[in-house]
Amino acid sequence: MSPLLFWIFAALMLVFGIGVIINRNPVASALSLVASFLCLAALFVGLNAYFIAVIQVLVYAGAVMVLFLFIIMLLDLREEQRRRFNLLAVAGGALVSLGFVAELVLVLRKFTLGQKPFAPIAQVDDVRQIGMTLFSTHNLPLQVTGVLILVATIGVVVLSKRDLK
Amino acid sequence: MALLDSIPWFLVFTSLGKTIFLVFLVVLPMVSYTVYAERRVSALIQDRLGPNRTGFPLTLLGFKKDFSPFLGGLGQPIADAAKFILKEDLTPGHVNKPYFWLAPALAMMPALITLSALPFGSEFMGVKMVVADINVGLLFMFAISSVGVYGIVLAGWASNSKYPFLGGIRSTSQMISYELCMGLSAVPVLLVAGSTSLSKIIDYQVHEGWLLLPITDGKLNLRELLLFLPMVLAFITFTISMFAETNRLPFDLPESESELVAGYHTEYSSMKFALFFLGEYTAMIAGSALTVVLFLGGWHLPFIPDGSHGPIWGAINIASFFGKVAVLLFFFIWVRWTLPRFRYDQLMKLGWLYLFEIALVNIFLTAGILAFTH
Repeated sequence: MSPLLFWIFAALMLVFGIGVIINRNPVASALSLVASFLCLAALFVGLNAYFIAVIQVLVYAGAVMVLFLFIIMLLDLREEQRRRFNLLAVAGGALVSLGFVAELVLVLRKFTLGQKPFAPIAQVDDVRQIGMTLFSTHNLPLQVTGVLILVATIGVVVLSKRDLK
Repeated sequence: MALLDSIPWFLVFTSLGKTIFLVFLVVLPMVSYTVYAERRVSALIQDRLGPNRTGFPLTLLGFKKDFSPFLGGLGQPIADAAKFILKEDLTPGHVNKPYFWLAPALAMMPALITLSALPFGSEFMGVKMVVADINVGLLFMFAISSVGVYGIVLAGWASNSKYPFLGGIRSTSQMISYELCMGLSAVPVLLVAGSTSLSKIIDYQVHEGWLLLPITDGKLNLRELLLFLPMVLAFITFTISMFAETNRLPFDLPESESELVAGYHTEYSSMKFALFFLGEYTAMIAGSALTVVLFLGGWHLPFIPDGSHGPIWGAINIASFFGKVAVLLFFFIWVRWTLPRFRYDQLMKLGWLYLFEIALVNIFLTAGILAFTH
């Protein structure tokens, strides 16, 4: 990937990421998150990881965020916009995030920068590779996850039908 | 100058050429003439005449007569476009302006972006006729078209009034439900062709016969015969979910005129309304093209081994691809003016209780047949 494109998409992703937090309007926040996901997908494309990029768009931007937006629109937005800043909460949040950044810097300083460039990866059929790994080496976790999701689905149906009786 | 040398100029120019050809010379004219065809075919079905007068206005250029070839009315799309541009662009006072302006663009762009992964011809002058031949082409098309729902949702929400909002809500739930059916009904095709790359799916069909018509390679074996039933099932579920995804009748609940005025684009006028219109028809074309790629052999003409090569065959293949797309578009229009609209609960029931299950069972059926004949 051209470094220029990398910097453009990385910068856009950060800008939209900040937009998620500072927007008072929840719909604007959700849309910023979508834009941030799309930029992340673009970064994956730059790494020739098409499958992950496409799944990123399909699952997060196309399905999860649509549901989010759907729910946000059904809520009363004005309440959120009218809320005043709680100074104590802002200070607490700033403290936690500063602590986290300090921690990151401390850990990252222990590593030196990478010196060797990676050899370019040959064109691989990534869908096949991922499928092979999932269904051979990681078969049991996959099955367990499947059962877990099924249980969660049944739980949702039971919970939402309880009032209807 | 290292930057200039590092740019693959040939790739850049061929890609640009293909994009311009696909979008401006094929798809957008196709959109406007699909609208024209819609009006003429609906007139035919309802025993009316339809727009049969407007010719190309040569009198404006100083000629004696307007040019009105063949059927008559072929100038109608140009007149429509002029009307859309010249109309007053009205933005009501109660809307949420930035999103109100963003929504039409978001409805139009994803439909156009999906076209980039579409192989619309074999090879022409040694260049593969696909803008971006990525190995996850099918998933790419699904992913980008799933982003298209934002345009409709935002339009409904930003309009800040009842009918658009209800239309937006309906269309969100409809599109989320039918996306699932659409993805699942394409899985049998992927199983048979063994790849998610659209060009490889077409390659498979060129050598082994179209999935919906396995005789097209001139021979028929047990595997193809057994696979015929699941392929027909997949085709039917895929087509039905595509109708729902593109908000076409019998599933045009988001803009059902009798209940919601015009649904999500009630508050829009002029070119912003036209963008929704263009987006819907472009999505229709992209959907038909995907059906052609998955089930009808893409650009391949029947009984021609390896699709043949050379510039003449390259051109013929492109024409055959868009010919097939045009036939499917006619089918879209035919269905629209034949069937009545579903009720909303019927729509959801059809999607979740029937199509979803059929598509799921179909995957197991296909996998079973493939394992049996392996």
